[in-house]
Amino acid sequence: MMCGPPLVGGLPIKEPFVGSIAEFFQHLMNGLTLGGIYALIALGYTMVYGILKFINFAHGDILMVGSYIGLFAFNLIKGQTLGPWTFIAFFIAMLAGMAFSAGLGVVIERVAYKPLRKATRLAPLLSAIGVSFILSNMAAWIWGTKSRKLDYPFKNTPIKFGGVSITPHQILILVVVVIMMIALKLFVDRSRIGKAMRATSLDQDTAKLMGVKVDQIIAITFAIGSALAATAGFLIALEIKVYPSMGTMTGLKAFVAAVVGGIGNISGAMLGGILLGLLETFGVALLGIPYGLRDTIAFVALILILLIKPEGLLGKAEKEKV
Amino acid sequence: MLNFLLLIFIYTGIYALMAIGQNLITGYVGLLSLTQAGFFAIGSYVTAILTVKMGVNFWLTIPVAILISAFFGLLIGLPTLRLRGDYLAIATLGFGEIVRNILNNWDKLTNGPMGIQRIPMVTLFGHTISPYRKWGFLILVWSFVLIAYLLFQRLAKSRLGRALEAIREDEIAASSMGINVTAYKVWAFIFGAAVAGVAGSLQAVFILSVAPGVFTFMVSIMVLCMVVLGGMGNFKAVILGALIIQFISYFPQLTGLTNVIPPQFKQVLFGLILVVMMIWRPQGILGREQRSAPWRPFSKRRAK
Repeated sequence: MMCGPPLVGGLPIKEPFVGSIAEFFQHLMNGLTLGGIYALIALGYTMVYGILKFINFAHGDILMVGSYIGLFAFNLIKGQTLGPWTFIAFFIAMLAGMAFSAGLGVVIERVAYKPLRKATRLAPLLSAIGVSFILSNMAAWIWGTKSRKLDYPFKNTPIKFGGVSITPHQILILVVVVIMMIALKLFVDRSRIGKAMRATSLDQDTAKLMGVKVDQIIAITFAIGSALAATAGFLIALEIKVYPSMGTMTGLKAFVAAVVGGIGNISGAMLGGILLGLLETFGVALLGIPYGLRDTIAFVALILILLIKPEGLLGKAEKEKV
Repeated sequence: MLNFLLLIFIYTGIYALMAIGQNLITGYVGLLSLTQAGFFAIGSYVTAILTVKMGVNFWLTIPVAILISAFFGLLIGLPTLRLRGDYLAIATLGFGEIVRNILNNWDKLTNGPMGIQRIPMVTLFGHTISPYRKWGFLILVWSFVLIAYLLFQRLAKSRLGRALEAIREDEIAASSMGINVTAYKVWAFIFGAAVAGVAGSLQAVFILSVAPGVFTFMVSIMVLCMVVLGGMGNFKAVILGALIIQFISYFPQLTGLTNVIPPQFKQVLFGLILVVMMIWRPQGILGREQRSAPWRPFSKRRAK
């Protein structure tokens, strides 16, 4: 999980805050982009937690694998000439990363978590830590510890809206994030499978009695969560580098986002992700938190939310049943 | 070769101390803590800073290392242990990273990434226990292991240990029997942190220098593997686990295959150990220590 290059996690924050309205919006934009990515990752944690009540420690590493696969796929198919195809190739590569991660997520669930569903609480957690460690070190073994960058050929010149400059990458990220979130929300709220997912998370045994194929639903949940993580990983590759231990810090923060929003709650994960992104951006820009300690913000946020409102902003306080 | 084996045994001892602490937290209470590396680092730096910058004797730094590690244990344990155990894993994961972050950045106190060098060797009654003469150091480290083992063994058999096991088996039942669940969990966490701090102090006077690069997440995972492999809830087993994991970890150097085996190999193996043990042998190699039944020389069964 943690070895190799230093941890970065998240997107770089551009200029320090000086004080005008335009700059406020600038930071708002940066925070939203960062937060959108956290939200995508947080969704995977929260969906799995909602159904299995356990933290999938390997989630961040599934993201890492997804972003590597996306990166390789893009380099493979983008071709020499720059044109509309390059743009399409970008999305095809993203889909390739998503598909691979989804498959990986399902396999991991089947091999490392499913046999432990009836075991003690500790067992799947330990197994997940093991999986995470295997993935990040296998990646370092196969792909090397050198960090790579997605070579996206289109120019990234900022576009000015008043005093706010937005890069095309940011727009791309925001558009993809919003589409993914709406699609997920519609899927969970409207589709048959979504209904089965909600039923499973409410009460597995009753859902089973009602004819829901619980094992299948769990597999689908892992597939969707992993695919979303891969999307986030691919988008991160646009802005910062890809390396074997990238999943750790990013995953940790996204988990905090899920807890802040209320773990197990899909809207909560979205809200928590965006809040954390804003908090990090404005924490550095406004509150003068040193950039080196930016990663600490998420951790402090976690401790605070656990002290004040452990069920999260949108979560419901749950009484543990005997 | 003998020297190298002795080195492995010394490291086994240092890690066994951490594993003993981890065992109390993970084996007895059933909580996943991922921060032995963080407390290990704190112990190391306390000894390094006190001996090098303030000229304090090594033996006096140990109680300080214990207190400071324990204090940080309290600091993380108190907010997270009131809740379900899962949060501890994440909070401790973050804590380990933050410790390393701070060690790397607090130049005035820790010299940043350079670390602190020229830590004075340990002296005992006027004799220097040099890390270069391995036998002496081996005895030093393993006497600490013995003390910790006896202490924790006692602790586990005491009221605290029984309460912890009750919490692991059923938190709600335990609390309805009048056990203050949070308080006991926090105590277990503090003890676990303190003994890791001692391990850190020993590591500092063994390598005679400290640097933040040593205290990676790998260390915490190794310690966790020792507990899982040996057997959760069994202090002897955990020490055996420490020995096995250290041998795996130095396997390439032992066999001279460093060119063939990639450095990630052992990490992947550690990950596999966690997954495989959980699926096929969650009780570990030796299994949990059974409470012996009270000795009844004239029980009814015998009279029949």
